[in-house]
Amino acid sequence: MNGQYLDFEKPIIDLEKKIRDMKDFASGESIELIREIQLLEKRRDRLQEEIYSRLTRWQRVQLARHPLRPHSMDYISLLSTDFVELHGDRNFRDDKAVIGGFGKIDGKPVLFIGQQKGRDTKQNLYHNFGMMHPEGYRKALRLMQLASRFKRPIVILIDTPGAFPGIGAEERGQAEAIARNLREMSRLKVPIIISVVGEGASGGALGIGIGDRVLMLENSWYSVISPEGCAAILWRDSSRASQAAEALRLTAFDLIELKVIDRIIPEPLGGAHRNNKESADILKREILKDIEELSLFSVEELRRKRIEKFRNMGVFLKENHLFPDKEIGTDT
Amino acid sequence: MEWFKKTKGGPLPQQKKEIPNGLWTKCESCGEIIYVKELEKALWVCHSCNFHFRIKSKDYIELLLDEGVLEEFDRELVSTDPLKFKDSKKYPDRIRDSRNKTGLNDAVTAGIGKIDGKEISFAVMDFGFIGGSMGSVVGEKIARAIERSLERKIPLVIVSCSGGARMQEGILSLMQMAKTSALLALLYEANIPFISVLTNPTTAGVMASYASLGDVVIAEPKALLGFAGPRVIQQTISQELPPGFQSSEFFLEHGFLDKVVERKNLKKTISLLLDYLTPQGS
Ligand SMILES: [Zn+2]
Repeated sequence: MNGQYLDFEKPIIDLEKKIRDMKDFASGESIELIREIQLLEKRRDRLQEEIYSRLTRWQRVQLARHPLRPHSMDYISLLSTDFVELHGDRNFRDDKAVIGGFGKIDGKPVLFIGQQKGRDTKQNLYHNFGMMHPEGYRKALRLMQLASRFKRPIVILIDTPGAFPGIGAEERGQAEAIARNLREMSRLKVPIIISVVGEGASGGALGIGIGDRVLMLENSWYSVISPEGCAAILWRDSSRASQAAEALRLTAFDLIELKVIDRIIPEPLGGAHRNNKESADILKREILKDIEELSLFSVEELRRKRIEKFRNMGVFLKENHLFPDKEIGTDT
Repeated sequence: MEWFKKTKGGPLPQQKKEIPNGLWTKCESCGEIIYVKELEKALWVCHSCNFHFRIKSKDYIELLLDEGVLEEFDRELVSTDPLKFKDSKKYPDRIRDSRNKTGLNDAVTAGIGKIDGKEISFAVMDFGFIGGSMGSVVGEKIARAIERSLERKIPLVIVSCSGGARMQEGILSLMQMAKTSALLALLYEANIPFISVLTNPTTAGVMASYASLGDVVIAEPKALLGFAGPRVIQQTISQELPPGFQSSEFFLEHGFLDKVVERKNLKKTISLLLDYLTPQGS
């Protein structure tokens, strides 16, 4: 990582710079230069194709955290109009790690909930790096229940390195806040569409992650634990995160295979940050498609299917020959 | 985030269960040397400091259910290895070792039992099985326990003891939180009571799902509870944690527990609560 690009992006960034320089230089009409530029552009396209067609899981994690990657508010601005942000959990505080409010997608009113990261240190401190406190989960639930009462579909954008682990968070019931959301989101009476747009770390992500459709952007990740956290536990060495990312199988492609998500949302070649507008347009199309489909169900059908969807997750075996009861002394 | 971490020297004693062959053992909280037979009679509670030693799932069955009898269901469910997870040990080997060590097939035992004659759907976790961690089997057995409550219209009692979701099953473990909590929405709407009993420790993925969703939530004294592990919190905020942080008493004080109940009073308390939460004339 070097400022605004990732190590594996560097060859492409270098080529692009070269192309730009040559274009500046070739303001005249040198046919030779134009041909040269075309060649370089072809080379760049081929290189991009090559790099991005075989990304490792760890590279995708890095793309999900890319400093230029669009954040929730970028998507909300790009794919909706007339956004009205609403604040607070009516109890303790307004958690800036999560944004909520009504907006219109193609004129259709929806509630947006999105975990928000910052672009620089100041913004990141303001948004607490997208790490929610209990009041954030309660703020999200308050707004979702509002949307449910007034029959507006809910669009949720997930992008968090985890729920915040701190003293205040425990004092105010982080676990209870997340648990309650899991139960109450199951009961909401309107369509809920979840999109993991960046990082989806464990209970912090799941705490606003119960919906009728769960989508993931091509270069996002979603896991029971962050690769660093997993590496710290397994090898007491968080620098082995790349290895942990492989073991955890946390990409959108993995989660499709494990039947945890419904669809993968493609990103522009090179990642969402290469073209924010295009990324938002693709996401918008997918969300609209789901809203339309889900609006055909009755409230009861919608909730029944939502609960069934999560009820059926998991993999286990049935063993016919039972394991014998073993007496194992007093190791109480 | 840290579902699964065992803490070293956290604010609460993490007892290791090695009772020497001898007749005496040492309380890990106060250091008192106690006669094992006495300790057993006292339900593994230190007479000197009231420290509750960790006991096994079958001990809770004995303690809470009439005649110590559970009609067990779903014992045949066993873990598989959906991620082909590799760490120092292969996941299937870890499972096999835990099965050998505990005589259990996974970290939860569930079925139907009675408390003072009242039929309940009952589930109890066992820390001895990979830290009581929740993978697909635990999630499925809890889900089925909730469904038995729904079908038979009988209360649900779950005794939790878990470090959280089981890392080796990755995202599928995380989704067990969603699975169990979604089914609890149905129980909630059906007005069937759910009493959640927390023991040392109940943290992370289990605490952030069904364990926190009881109509009544009670805990044994001085249990380690909460979302994040103390070590993770300490690392994040680089600041000493206050004494008693994340104990049962801490969560009682902050309003997240209905009651802290000593082991010897658990059955009586649950029984009374079941009476109070059972509608008249049913
Ligand atoms: Zn003691």
